Amino acid sequence: MFNSSLRQLGAALRAKKISSVELTQLYLDRIAQLNPQLNTFITVNPEMSLAQARAADERLANGDASDLAGIPIAQKDIFCAKGWLTTCGSKMLHNFVSPYDAHVIARFNDAGAVNLGKTNMDEFAMGSSNETSHYGAVNNPWDQTRVPGGSSGGSAAAVAARLCAAATGTDTGGSIRQPAALCGISGLKPTYGVVSRYGMIAFASSLDQAGPMARSAEDLALLLNVMAGFDERDSTSLQREKEDYARDLNKPLNGLRIGLPKEFFAEGLSCDVAQAVEAAIAEYRKLGATVVEISLPNSKLSVPVYYVLAPAEASSNLSRFDGVRYGYRAPEYGDLADMYEKSRAQGFGAEVKRRIMIGAYVLSHGYYDAYYLQAQKIRRLIAQDFTEAFRQCDVIMGPTSPSTAFKLGEKGDDPVQMYLSDIYTIAVNLAGLPGMSIPCGFGANNMPVGLQIIGNYFGEARMLNAAHQYQLATDWHSRAPQVL
Amino acid sequence: MTWEIVIGLEVHTQLSTNSKIFCGASTAFGAEPNTQADAVSIALPGVLPVLNKGAVERAIRFGLAVGAHIAPRSVFARKNYFYPDLPKGYQISQFDLPVVGNGQLVIHVPASGKAETYEKTVRITRAHLEEDAGKSLHEDFHGMTGIDLNRAGTPLLEIVSEPDMRSADEAVAYAKALHTLVQWIGICDGNMQEGSFRCDVNVSVRHPGAPLGTRREIKNLNSFKFMQQAIDYEVQWQIDTLVNGGAIHQATVLFNPDTGETRSMRSKEEAHDYRYFPDPDLLPLEISEEWKEQIRATLPELPQAKQARYVNELGLSAYDASMLTASRAMADFFETALATVPKDAKLCANWIMGEVNAQLNRDGLDMTQCPISAQQLGGILQRIADNTISNSGAKEVFRTMWAEGGEADAIIEAKGLKQVSDSGAIEALVDEIIAANADKVAEYRSGKDKLFGFFVGLAMKASKGKANPAQLNDILKRKLNG
Repeated sequence: MFNSSLRQLGAALRAKKISSVELTQLYLDRIAQLNPQLNTFITVNPEMSLAQARAADERLANGDASDLAGIPIAQKDIFCAKGWLTTCGSKMLHNFVSPYDAHVIARFNDAGAVNLGKTNMDEFAMGSSNETSHYGAVNNPWDQTRVPGGSSGGSAAAVAARLCAAATGTDTGGSIRQPAALCGISGLKPTYGVVSRYGMIAFASSLDQAGPMARSAEDLALLLNVMAGFDERDSTSLQREKEDYARDLNKPLNGLRIGLPKEFFAEGLSCDVAQAVEAAIAEYRKLGATVVEISLPNSKLSVPVYYVLAPAEASSNLSRFDGVRYGYRAPEYGDLADMYEKSRAQGFGAEVKRRIMIGAYVLSHGYYDAYYLQAQKIRRLIAQDFTEAFRQCDVIMGPTSPSTAFKLGEKGDDPVQMYLSDIYTIAVNLAGLPGMSIPCGFGANNMPVGLQIIGNYFGEARMLNAAHQYQLATDWHSRAPQVL
Repeated sequence: MTWEIVIGLEVHTQLSTNSKIFCGASTAFGAEPNTQADAVSIALPGVLPVLNKGAVERAIRFGLAVGAHIAPRSVFARKNYFYPDLPKGYQISQFDLPVVGNGQLVIHVPASGKAETYEKTVRITRAHLEEDAGKSLHEDFHGMTGIDLNRAGTPLLEIVSEPDMRSADEAVAYAKALHTLVQWIGICDGNMQEGSFRCDVNVSVRHPGAPLGTRREIKNLNSFKFMQQAIDYEVQWQIDTLVNGGAIHQATVLFNPDTGETRSMRSKEEAHDYRYFPDPDLLPLEISEEWKEQIRATLPELPQAKQARYVNELGLSAYDASMLTASRAMADFFETALATVPKDAKLCANWIMGEVNAQLNRDGLDMTQCPISAQQLGGILQRIADNTISNSGAKEVFRTMWAEGGEADAIIEAKGLKQVSDSGAIEALVDEIIAANADKVAEYRSGKDKLFGFFVGLAMKASKGKANPAQLNDILKRKLNG
């Protein structure tokens, strides 16, 4: 059952081979057993999950044929869910029970899915290893001395360890794709604006995008069908025709033009990752694709640009956490300024504070032009590189992360080393393009390697097609870690 | 040594939308604290702003009314600072790309002598959309502060003038003209007690011809009287400071109505770095030519155009014209009444500015609360114009109408106020008086002209006040001289 695809689970539920309550309980039991060592969930609330499961069973009894009805999905703890503790991985929100549902949560609820719990994450999604979480690091199920990646590390590890049927993540600079790669699962960041950000706690508004994390491209398509769609409460949500992201899954890949950015295969890329990615490209050739070398000359600037823009937006987005209306307030303080200072000093972790300070600095008078404005200009150049590249190819492929999962604590003292683990993913967010990661083999120490697929704007169905055909031809995506 | 006063205004007008600028919560005034504070108003984690089109429409109306440039593309920016009644930790405003730029307002400033005004054009630098903050309540919480977020997110249009005003009178005249205009075009209720129209006044002094002096900003004035007092005090304070060898430092000051003084609340050194940057949650605001023209088509005739028409077409004085356009209600009242006596604009204007205004003032009412309608007044004016009633008779009709209602003709009939315009009857009456006062007639005829009034008085008395005065004059004059 834990290895079933979403389609198989849906069929079993509709055929009454298993009820949603039974399925949910199976997962809850597995979480109870494995979460103490993996720490993938911040909050599990069996009562609420089972209540949803019972409601789903009623829907199923009444002939509900929705793909996800009755299926337990883990939600990244960045999404506000009514009645659920919603911490965003931070002490600042250690006591915040959301009074409302994020758009993504509401869509899953409407589809009859069961909220299985809230997954661990880097604090306010700021991190690439899940080590900045106030609720402790997540351990990679493939090797529990290693990180799962971040910031959606809890979701990635939970999917890999079969603690949920699928999960949600958010991706600001690689936070879906990098942990998907490091945990050997599939994850997709849609085109900016495809999934509403309403109710998703903001890190960097112009980059944040929610997406699905699952074990296969086919599962991702079903999940994205539920998550995507216009929402008038998010001004950056795009008003488009509803599309079926699974519609092209079975198209053959003959004639697919794959662009390989030479900058993604240069210095800094580990040999084991390079080998696995090259083998995947060879497989694509066999499937009928052609390969062309492309160049993304400005992508080398994406890390510095990102670390100006994302902190700038974050410094402002996180101002609402002031101890006044909700969340953490220091137990003792003098005047108002002292209340702010102590509450924020105690409520935020080191990485969050570092980014708030960088952000405040680059926006301050006298530095704005040199940092923020300059970074915005380069951001446009990076996007133009992709536009140029897509004249020559349909999808771009390369490594998701320069290395496989590193050891817990290994990069803790060196933020720049940590930031470089997103070197191949960040440019995609800066350009607003869709990107995904799928498992494509194993590297040193038998850790999973991710293949990144970048599509043109609204190219999700094409990317999912490419991923699904690869997954029909290979079995990397169905390998499971030995966690017991 | 003479001093020149230099004043510029920043006016926050609350736009009259039903819901807030970035969410659906109500903007109604006076609700229980925090009952109009939804998820967006209190800035829960994850919520996002969505622009209220009605607020933009009102900003465009204003821009068109002051002949300003309407930016085809403007940008919302975040102004970052911490304050308990600012729930997001930033205010969404507009910074380097405002929706309205470069307009002007022609104002009529009362000259020192009454019933005289001079015209002045004040340039409007810009007007931008922004959200209001909530309120911090420092009383009744035993040393704690209460936060009411009902007002947080209320749409404001901040209208910034150039430093074009040279006296408190000019500043007040500008503020009043703006106050009239925003109500006139229906974008603001103008209620100053409820904070719908708040003025920040930048004041500096200099010797004529010298560069601009350092300014101090008087914050949050919500009455024209306080504005006048605050500027007067501030100007004197600045001049005294300079004369005594001191220097003015840029500062924000508050006016205390109890003491009549201004006092510094924040110096420039303490000024915030607001770290403005474009709000990534909102798209740039794009305004099409079509939308602009649609809105232009719904604009009413503006005060300035009306004033020009009253002077050029109706022959009224500039002063009368500006009085009659002091509010849209006033102008509407005038034009409705005038329709009943189209040839007697001056008569109509005099009655409205005289009797009607006086009664309104006495009863503490404004034009919208006037107990008699413009049509009712028109009924009186018609009877004055066709000589049915005398001026004193008309006043009596007016008083009765004000107190008890009713139509002019019915009141005239009931009170028997109809003038005697029958020349035969008046002649008979005059003949009798001449016959009965032969000695006075002789005196008059020998040159004592002043006695004419004596005869008028007698004749009026004899007619019980109903004789048409002009007719009586003519007949008396003819008979006495004859």
